[in-house]
Amino acid sequence: MNSALIAADLAYWAQSLLRVLGGLVAVLLPAGTVVYLFLFKMMSFMQSRLGPMEAGPYGSMQLFAEVGKWLQKEDIVPANAQPEARIFKMAPLIVLASTFLLVVVVPFGPDAWFTDFEVGIFYALAVSSVSVLGILIAGWSSANKYSLLGGLRAAGQLIAYELPMVLAVIGVVIQAGTMNLQQIVVAQNAGSMFGWNGVGNPYILTQFVAFIIFMISVQAELTQTPFDMPIAESELVSGYMTEYSGFRFLIFFIGEFATAGVFAMIASVLFLGGWGVPFAWFGWTDMDSIDNWMNVAGPLILFTKMIVLVFFIMWVRFSFPRFREDQLQRFAWKILIPVSLVNIMVTAVLKVAF
Amino acid sequence: MSPFLRSYLTVVWFGLAAFLIAGLLLGISALVRPNKPTAEKLLTYESGVDPVGEGWSQSQIRYYVFALLFVIFDVEAVFIFPWATQLERYAVFGLVEMGVFVGVLLLGLVYAWRKGVLRWV
Repeated sequence: MNSALIAADLAYWAQSLLRVLGGLVAVLLPAGTVVYLFLFKMMSFMQSRLGPMEAGPYGSMQLFAEVGKWLQKEDIVPANAQPEARIFKMAPLIVLASTFLLVVVVPFGPDAWFTDFEVGIFYALAVSSVSVLGILIAGWSSANKYSLLGGLRAAGQLIAYELPMVLAVIGVVIQAGTMNLQQIVVAQNAGSMFGWNGVGNPYILTQFVAFIIFMISVQAELTQTPFDMPIAESELVSGYMTEYSGFRFLIFFIGEFATAGVFAMIASVLFLGGWGVPFAWFGWTDMDSIDNWMNVAGPLILFTKMIVLVFFIMWVRFSFPRFREDQLQRFAWKILIPVSLVNIMVTAVLKVAF
Repeated sequence: MSPFLRSYLTVVWFGLAAFLIAGLLLGISALVRPNKPTAEKLLTYESGVDPVGEGWSQSQIRYYVFALLFVIFDVEAVFIFPWATQLERYAVFGLVEMGVFVGVLLLGLVYAWRKGVLRWV
């Protein structure tokens, strides 16, 4: 890996500052895009209405108006939650922090990365469960029956779907032979499928089962609609978020959609070839020989792939009714986990055979 | 500090950045938002009626069983990952070894299934 143009002649603190600013963009820009494009507009069109139209052209400034509105809302801590007010107030921050910890590993280009861990995907799977802590803390410290039930449901759901997600990723790791996300991207784009290298080897083709399992698990981890029992509004008001108001509620909300964006980025790195141009690799042999323009084009390509994947997540969200709690657990334990274990063994046999 | 540890330090900065940006926005919010607590407003929300009993109701043991099962399978996944990266080197030997390992775990899952632990009643 050639040292990045900026990283070579900047002090460590300046590099870190640049990385953190880049991380802020990488978290907040997808979150804003997802909320405006899908939650405001696509959802409205699917329900035969226009959605926000007043703030800016086609309501595109609606996000800023919303943030301005939420900033002015009173921050209520219910009397029963007062003894644990500090923990109650901290919970949304933990959920947001888990999103930031997750975006650290996403590679945006040959040199455009925040960290380049050898155990990249393993790290991502590990920190993605930090948000469970925030949700449990929120559910418990609210001193509300709905919140407690919502928090416990969320914990039960997130741990049940963490497993198929981890097991689905193992198929990719077997194929790539590495856990480093950069090398997984290169392995897909420079790879060949059964000796034919016309389109590279995006793992969505050879690991289609793993891809489907991964996306279902992402849907569940994000508590989007077929899996939204933790915040089921018709039974639990708003689950673990019931007692939150004002800007702390908005932080939960931002965290949810930012995580949707980051998970979609990780999914596109694992299965769609990450920052590589689809179906074209220009004959590069290793990381050092990749042209510099990929550092500019890479983030845009990854962003596009993310939008496509989030579109599918949201499409499912707006189309399907909610699972029951027992159906949810049965689906995870009796279908997804056995299928992903079989997928691992089949992948391994094929890998050794060819 | 080695580059290895430095890249993990970046993780710390990102975690701090999350708290910083949220703290900043909450700080701005504290300057402009009203603060007029009343007894009714601070009541625990239970769909508009006065709350009954305390908020921490008893919960069911089934969450606990699922958490235990989760720990078993999560540890399994941790063992599979290093094997997955080195499969090319170990070839058939590694394949058979992992087949036995995954087989035993599948047996465990089937056992839990037959025992009715996976049922949500």
